[in-house]
Amino acid sequence: MSEPIVKIRGLKKNFGSLQVLKGIDMDIDQGQIFALIGASGSGKSTLLRTINQLEEVTEGEIWFDGELVNQKLPHRQREAHLNRLRQNIGMVFQHFNLFPHLTAIENVTMAPLMLGRVNKAEAIEQAKKLLDKVGLSDRGDYYPSKLSGGQKQRVAIARSLAMNPKLMLFDEVTSALDPELVGEVNRVMKALAEEDMTMIIVTHDLRFAEDVSDHVIFMADGLVVEEGPPSLVFRAPQEDRTKSFLQQVFND
Amino acid sequence: MDFALIGRIWPFFAEAAWVTIEVSMLAIILGLILGFAAALASLSRNVLLRWPARAYVSVFRGTPALIQLFLLYFGGPQIGIHLGPFEAGVIGLGINIGAYMCETIRGAILSVDKGQTEAGRCLGLGQTQVMRRVILPQAARMMVRPLGVNAIALIKGSAIVSTISVLELSYTAHRYISSTYKPFEMFILASIFYLAIVTVFSFGVKKIDERVALES
Ligand SMILES: Nc1ncnc2c1ncn2[C@@H]1O[C@H](COP(=O)(O)OP(=O)(O)OP(=O)(O)O)[C@@H](O)[C@H]1O
Ligand SMILES: [Mg+2]
Repeated sequence: MSEPIVKIRGLKKNFGSLQVLKGIDMDIDQGQIFALIGASGSGKSTLLRTINQLEEVTEGEIWFDGELVNQKLPHRQREAHLNRLRQNIGMVFQHFNLFPHLTAIENVTMAPLMLGRVNKAEAIEQAKKLLDKVGLSDRGDYYPSKLSGGQKQRVAIARSLAMNPKLMLFDEVTSALDPELVGEVNRVMKALAEEDMTMIIVTHDLRFAEDVSDHVIFMADGLVVEEGPPSLVFRAPQEDRTKSFLQQVFND
Repeated sequence: MDFALIGRIWPFFAEAAWVTIEVSMLAIILGLILGFAAALASLSRNVLLRWPARAYVSVFRGTPALIQLFLLYFGGPQIGIHLGPFEAGVIGLGINIGAYMCETIRGAILSVDKGQTEAGRCLGLGQTQVMRRVILPQAARMMVRPLGVNAIALIKGSAIVSTISVLELSYTAHRYISSTYKPFEMFILASIFYLAIVTVFSFGVKKIDERVALES
């Protein structure tokens, strides 16, 4: 059995006096698809954001690919460490966060070019492939303002993939979309899942979670209340809090 | 209204208007450079950069421009700074407007959505790279108009350099009043020139703003 690609131990996170994560342990193996579910405010985003250190950790350890993510380092070294780390961890946001002053293809090529990963021709070729993969080969020259929400989100996914990450983090990436645009984004994620990408997906879309994931984590109040394969967590939950959460969501 | 008099002396006002334009444009350039540097410094995590930048803004926005100018021109020689009126005018106005421009530029940078920085950093780009390629290009668009407002305030405010005898519009108006005793005509004439300069400048700002707004 190889080492998990993500290993979280005793993770706690405070915002001031508010404890948002209260001791999380988690192991994610290469190629696994984790779905992170739970009520609003349960700490899903915070957990996701500690993994790539958009949020600092108060206590505990996060390991990624054999390296301690939250090492104490002097500022400069920490920055270099984070940059290296983040090049291997893609993140997609609820509100896309595309760069509005760049075209779709420029959004995708920017980081690989700036980081000297590839030359211009290679970057463009790779970006075209990625845009094609997310079904937007004809939208490369569009500015984000000219794209629909679903298209923007697919460009954002392509932008992350351009760094060839080993792990992808998705934070409610379809929550801001009109319902009819959700499917096209979900399909892209599904395809990615089938390519053996390791993914952590925070979502309120439980049907999609059940469909795409091979491990579900139900969080409440900063703790993992229940976890397991989707068939168990969704069909035969053990904990009362899981049951009432599922009941509430499915009744809506 | 003595139109004959105006007809005779307007060319002198035109010449003075040119001086106003020169003083203002040089001061605006100086202000932009200082404002930009101070804005970046004030956003740095290094206190040795941040603190002086904040102090600069507080001091130069918190005291009258006229006093700053006098301090430089009349007080300067006491500490070994000898400047002609024109140089003192440009530097005095430039340092003063730089403090305002700093706040404008800083505001524009801070108004760029935090998600933009996060997206950039998540791709593995460094702080400086994100600033240069993600934040500043967006902030630049948002600062054109407010910087235009700063610059127009400076053009009008440049009248204060008449007090250190820079031969610009206001100074010229005063000079002709003492020889013609026609303050009404002289101030109207000066106003027309100010208005013309400001109008042309505003138009330029508007064009730049439209230009940068276009692509996106
Ligand atoms: N930067 C912050 N400063 C202070 N409190 C924060 C911050 N970010 C999140 N919180 C708080 O932490 C708690 C968990 O937030 P988090 O965003 O992780 O929840 P979530 O499970 O993602 O919720 P949602 O489903 O609404 O996105 C909430 O109470 C929130 O108000
Ligand atoms: Mg969230």
